[in-house]
Amino acid sequence: MDLVRINEFVWEIPKSGEMKVPARIYASEKLIELARRDQTLQQARNVACLPGIQRMSYVMPDAHQGYGFPIGGVAAFDLDEGIISPGGVGYDINCGVRLLRTDYKESDITAKRKELLAEIFKEVPAGVGKGGITKLSRNVLKEILVRGAEWAVEQGYGTAEDLDRTEERGRMKDASWEFISDRAMERGIPQLGTLGAGNHFLEIQKVDEIYDEEVARAFGIQEKGQVLVMIHCGSRGLGHQIATDYIELMENKFGFKGLPDRELINAPFKSELGQRYYKSMCAAVNYAFANRQMIAHWVRDVFAKVMGSAKGMRQIYDVCHNVAKVEKHTVNGKEKLLCVHRKGATRSFGPGRAEIPEVCRQVGQPVLIPGSMGTASYVLVGTKEAEEMSFSSTAHGAGRVMSRNEALRRFRGEQIRDELARKDVELKATSWKGVAEEASAAYKDVDEVVRVSHETRLGKLVARLVPIGVMKG
Amino acid sequence: MEKKYEILEHMADGKFRAYGRNLGECLGNAALAMVSLMWEPERIKPEIRETIKLEATSPEQLTVKFLTELIYLLEVKSFLLGRVNEIRVEEASKNGNKTYRLEAEVSGDRISPEYEIYGQVKAVTYNEMKIEKSRDGQVLQVVVDM
Repeated sequence: MDLVRINEFVWEIPKSGEMKVPARIYASEKLIELARRDQTLQQARNVACLPGIQRMSYVMPDAHQGYGFPIGGVAAFDLDEGIISPGGVGYDINCGVRLLRTDYKESDITAKRKELLAEIFKEVPAGVGKGGITKLSRNVLKEILVRGAEWAVEQGYGTAEDLDRTEERGRMKDASWEFISDRAMERGIPQLGTLGAGNHFLEIQKVDEIYDEEVARAFGIQEKGQVLVMIHCGSRGLGHQIATDYIELMENKFGFKGLPDRELINAPFKSELGQRYYKSMCAAVNYAFANRQMIAHWVRDVFAKVMGSAKGMRQIYDVCHNVAKVEKHTVNGKEKLLCVHRKGATRSFGPGRAEIPEVCRQVGQPVLIPGSMGTASYVLVGTKEAEEMSFSSTAHGAGRVMSRNEALRRFRGEQIRDELARKDVELKATSWKGVAEEASAAYKDVDEVVRVSHETRLGKLVARLVPIGVMKG
Repeated sequence: MEKKYEILEHMADGKFRAYGRNLGECLGNAALAMVSLMWEPERIKPEIRETIKLEATSPEQLTVKFLTELIYLLEVKSFLLGRVNEIRVEEASKNGNKTYRLEAEVSGDRISPEYEIYGQVKAVTYNEMKIEKSRDGQVLQVVVDM
């Protein structure tokens, strides 16, 4: 396959064969080497063949092989000619990140760090098969699917200000529960308000470095050592089942002949099935917003109880990094609505976009990039340039470089706990074997990923955060 | 048949190959392979039985549906699969189209502190899925999203 280097951080697969547009990859030499090792580039090329794709099939710096679409893939489709694909969103619909600020400094919580983490571990259900605290009726679930974080705030989980600082204000308006299977509903009922397992985590972090003081201040980040809390999770079994269901429905309806990969299955955006998937996906997005809203509320409760106050625990932002959205973008000098798929990519709107909260509209949207367990995470800010470069998107995290088997052979959970303890990082987990699988050495260097994002202007560096306490599901 | 399944290397997720004399046996072993990514099936006591009945338009779709059913049983009924007691796949014709019917009886136990769960399979994918004839019967390869 042809891969042309455009400049230091931009690579392109020129249009050929069935490709309707070229594919463009944002990566350093080190990261492009990793992308070459698996199917990432081929998958980016496959996406470029889909009907109605606009401009280019984009690949973010942290990309790796996914199902159908690569993880770290961004593709936008014309609403009339184009498609929507569950494989372009991913199984974990609205997997995302929420970041809370506090008025505390690291020195304020040192003595109570253990207790804070232990209490959070008690309050926030995590791990496989661990049900939520709330017993939901099906009618309440339906309301959550339609209203998302708005429902949670109304129930007393957090404040209306949280909604102002959540992508879509915590509610995608096109959501409907009507086309969601009973199975998906059943999987959703016990899991609301749970963190889950795998790469999902909750961290107490401190600010390690501030790169842009003005923007940091606009987001609520004042100084090095300031304590923050990051929550990384998604729509749990509900979203996984919706993806599985619609892959089957689309396959039964349209077949997969002619598709280079069965997981590229899709439906015309405006078709009945396309709309049903879109509305159900929006509902799963809302479920995930409500999920993170509840978890954030419990974290504040714990701070209030252990530290005496949760004053100043304002939300910095909440982003989703597995989603398809209808957004306005410019193509060939013409403004139009597109269905933008971001699978393992974060929206990165620059200053002035009406979609971002008023408080930071002057500077741009906060972009939250979680690292792997125990490593740094980053706050970036969206840019105007990203609109032209990637339909306003950037990276979403680190991405694995080592299989789970290999990680299990190399590491032991207890050993990772001890190593983190030496770095003054507290760790609580539901399974030590699970910890070994998520060892940070099994992940790409997130520092390199955000460096490329910054250099290319997909999203600019604002602050580096490092963990003090890690809770892993 | 000696080996029921083997876990393969996969960068981001879970991948395995299951063996059997026929598709049914392959699927039964694939179930054990998949749950071994989350817990040790041989440690699970056979306290509860579950029956599974499914229909699909292709062997691949049947694989996705059957394995997804086990994730459903885990998440909704807290059921940890330990053993596949019986499994049968039949081909039939429905309105001129081929369909595949599966019936299985599995046993296992409810989630409890007694059992360590170390991973989570989110979904079963078609990625790199292969169903092939082998010398002794069939081989099934599956990648699951973790």
